[in-house]
Amino acid sequence: MMVKISPSEITPEHVFLNRRQFMQGAGIAAGALALAACAPTRPPAASAQVEAPPPIDLPPALAYVEPYASATTDELSDPLNSYKDITNYNNYYEFSTDKQEVARLSQDFVTRPWEVQVGGLVNNPKTFDVDDLIKTFPQEERIYRLRCVEAWSMVIPWVGFTLAGLLKEVDPKSEAKYVKFTTIVRPEQMPGQNGRILPWPYVEGLRVDEAMNELAILATGMYGKLLVPANGAPLRLVVPWKYGFKSIKGIVQIDLVDEMPTSTWMAAAPHEYGFYANVNPDVDHPRWSQASERRIGENGRRDTLPFNGYADEVAHLYDGLDLQANF
Amino acid sequence: MAAIIAYIRREWLWLLTHVLSLALVAPLVWDWWTDNLSPNPITDFTLATGSAAIVTLLASLAVTPVNTITGWRAVVGLRKTLGLYAFSYATLHFLVFVGLDYGFSLKYILADGLPTKQYVVVGFLALLILLPLAITSTKGWQKRLGRTWKKLHRWVYAAGILAVVHYLWVGKVIFGKPVVYTIILALLLTARIPVVRSRLVQFRNRLRGQRRPTPPRRASRAINAEGMP
Repeated sequence: MMVKISPSEITPEHVFLNRRQFMQGAGIAAGALALAACAPTRPPAASAQVEAPPPIDLPPALAYVEPYASATTDELSDPLNSYKDITNYNNYYEFSTDKQEVARLSQDFVTRPWEVQVGGLVNNPKTFDVDDLIKTFPQEERIYRLRCVEAWSMVIPWVGFTLAGLLKEVDPKSEAKYVKFTTIVRPEQMPGQNGRILPWPYVEGLRVDEAMNELAILATGMYGKLLVPANGAPLRLVVPWKYGFKSIKGIVQIDLVDEMPTSTWMAAAPHEYGFYANVNPDVDHPRWSQASERRIGENGRRDTLPFNGYADEVAHLYDGLDLQANF
Repeated sequence: MAAIIAYIRREWLWLLTHVLSLALVAPLVWDWWTDNLSPNPITDFTLATGSAAIVTLLASLAVTPVNTITGWRAVVGLRKTLGLYAFSYATLHFLVFVGLDYGFSLKYILADGLPTKQYVVVGFLALLILLPLAITSTKGWQKRLGRTWKKLHRWVYAAGILAVVHYLWVGKVIFGKPVVYTIILALLLTARIPVVRSRLVQFRNRLRGQRRPTPPRRASRAINAEGMP
């Protein structure tokens, strides 16, 4: 199909060349990453003109102009989903129940300034500016599978930092047993919050030991760039061994608590959604099945893996727990 | 040319029914044609065909109440067309689910326990009910079956209820289109309760009465409509 391109839309040659050099540099960096946790090359300044100026001097892992990942597949050799697919197919009921509408409805969502209160049963409660979180905690790429409870999945190169790092900073008290996360309430910018599809604000929770697991991260970016609102900007949880709805977006509050928080989906449908929501092909959702899934970009189905393929890292957290009862 | 215009004038309602019924999946076909499908096109196909099946089924169930309320005789002929669209879309929906989504893989169909899933069972039952209705929708079968035909085709009410329940059970939250369809179906079925029906007829006659003098053509239409099943 022919598309008319106005002259102003054509990339100037010096930018184009710089991009090529950058991509070559990125390739070298990707190779180097296999050997050491080397910071990828900063993109040349010339190509930065296509983007709004970054709010802060971004760490290397987030400073890419074009979508960038250090690898083309996850550790199971399955390809990453495209930047376009990841940013245009989102469950984010604060904006819309239509997965394809979220990107459009969220594009003007204001993510700066943004404060995150971390408190509750901690010795060192603190309110962080999200840009301070980005600067303070080392930002690293994590390529994770995301398995939605609706039985579709993606492979996503997140950028973020470990939740454990943040929790150590605030120093949980010994009586803290759970971590409760809360999404922002801003109905004037989040049209879905004007309806009562779910009780707002969206709340999620983890056991402290789950939260301290090395896999649990707070994501600030994706594909080497800052998160877009549709993916939960500026800060979201990513717990890849659980169904996607556990990975709460647009976080403004993190509290350490002694009792199991009631998550939004538990409140909405207690017989259908439990606190744990671990990906488990042997435990069906009461109405639909969970044994198989469709990877976005593929036709047909594939097996859903226990703990979404992260059993080695997380299965021990649930030793002695009846997973059929604690779904 | 004149013949075409005359044809359109004569058959406009029937043509419009076809255009609107096909338009239900037109956005999806357009997206496919222009390579603008969503990242999850199989789910789009499933949703679009399922939704089209329910809409056409509800439309076919709306024919009798519309006739009761308005006395408009011409709509009665649309019931069969709409019903056949409903059956076609439901069949397509089933094929997309089993074929495109599950790749006819018995392994995954059984692993996912589909034959025991409530939403699958009710949806499949609705399709099974529509099958004999579609087969016997011809004039020939109508004559052959006589009084039994009417009894048989009353099963469409069950198909409507099952289809709507199927849609309600698929969603994560009870919200939006499934709820709207449920309300519409409830109204359409209520309009068939004899007491309600006779009230509707009375209401229509009263409207006619107020607009006296009634043109004789209209009056004869109304009388015709009384004899409708």
